[in-house]
Amino acid sequence: MTQINVRVDGSSYTDDVEPRTLLVHYLREQLGKVGTVVGCDTSNCGACTVHLDGQAVKSCTVFAVQADGCQVTTIEGVATGEGESATLHPVQRAFHEMHGLQCGFCTPGMIMASIDLLKENPDPSDEEVREGIEGNLCRCTGYQNIVRAVRQAAAEMSGKAADDPQAQPAAVDTAAADHVAAQA
Amino acid sequence: MIPAPFAYTRPSTIEEALQAIADGGEDVKVLAGGQSLIPVMRLRLAAPETLVDLTRVAELRGVREDGDMLVIGAMTTHADVLTDPLLAQYGQLIVQATETVADRQVRRRGTFGGALAHADPAGDLPAVALALDAEFVLAGPGGRRTVPATDFFVDYLTTALDEGELLVEIRVPKLGEGWGVRYEKFNRVAQAWSIVAVAAAVRREDGRIAEARIGLTNMGPTPLRASATEAALVGVDVSMETVTAAAAQAAEGTSPSNDLNAQADYRQHLAQVLTRRAVAAAVGL
Repeated sequence: MTQINVRVDGSSYTDDVEPRTLLVHYLREQLGKVGTVVGCDTSNCGACTVHLDGQAVKSCTVFAVQADGCQVTTIEGVATGEGESATLHPVQRAFHEMHGLQCGFCTPGMIMASIDLLKENPDPSDEEVREGIEGNLCRCTGYQNIVRAVRQAAAEMSGKAADDPQAQPAAVDTAAADHVAAQA
Repeated sequence: MIPAPFAYTRPSTIEEALQAIADGGEDVKVLAGGQSLIPVMRLRLAAPETLVDLTRVAELRGVREDGDMLVIGAMTTHADVLTDPLLAQYGQLIVQATETVADRQVRRRGTFGGALAHADPAGDLPAVALALDAEFVLAGPGGRRTVPATDFFVDYLTTALDEGELLVEIRVPKLGEGWGVRYEKFNRVAQAWSIVAVAAAVRREDGRIAEARIGLTNMGPTPLRASATEAALVGVDVSMETVTAAAAQAAEGTSPSNDLNAQADYRQHLAQVLTRRAVAAAVGL
């Protein structure tokens, strides 16, 4: 066991970990930060993305001991305030408003990668968003509303009014066949 | 999956790192950015006894000038490479190839030296290092030695690094006035490895090609130079015809693999097409 000191979402922790413990497992199992999820076994999907000293990394591909002395921000630490009075981060809000998710499993990683992208490029084009989040896989949405959400968040964060008519969720989000839709 | 147990050390100097490697037992692995090693350990394809983590060895990270060479510390991350002013000025081929490595998060952790020491033939940086005739500075218990790129890449995932040695820095020539570069990569989906890629650096002089350096990614168990194409380009006028004719020889002497992505003959075809595109772009056609 190795002792580590980390600051996660604003709180300090001192814990003993096995060197082989992955950061994502430490966050979920020892700290209960289950907002960060594990989506694959191959470092491809990006669902486990967190910020390590302010930079987006895949927490399944970092050992917890490597975070010793570092600051970690997870999806649970990006909103301000607590409970009922919490204010979502603009990127969280944009994913909600633009319906940038379906099952939601990739969303924590998508949001953490997007926040990192917008810090570096505050006004990305559609193409730059797609390249910026290439390390995050979504198997539901086809990415259309995710890209809209990131651009909506960019507009909001830079103080521009989001009056772009494009900045709407896609008109048809479900591909339900007519006979199924009629049952609704 | 969770990796097998290992002993972990985190040195803060090269001296301490070499000592940790020497003391680490039979099966020591050096952990650079970990973006290839940790996935391999998670799949239990590797289960080292000791891991020597270099992430806190500050002297291994950064880029500096040394006359007409650039010296890149082995632990310089891909993200560092993309924002470094010296590389922006003199190392555009490295920058272009690094932009295509994996994805944003992986580039934050993954390192230049780690990618070279891993020596994956589908990795983007070995072919670039070979095309640039990079020099690899290795530190060991007996001191330092410098190995040219042609000797560094020995075989599939195998380099000239001996047991107990550490890659500390990579020296590449500055490419300034007159040089044009391009990294052309072919893959199918985001963050995928290269099926084939071509790194080209070409120097023009008075409308002719004075010098050409072309590295091939994933055309054999090690990165390769397209020597026949390089020779054919020297002294020719810059035109699409001369570039196309020279690029037709790009696959000479290569022995690419067959795998799920491509057959060998398709890879050889790709090498010619990508070499033509890379050289044309490098000379501004």
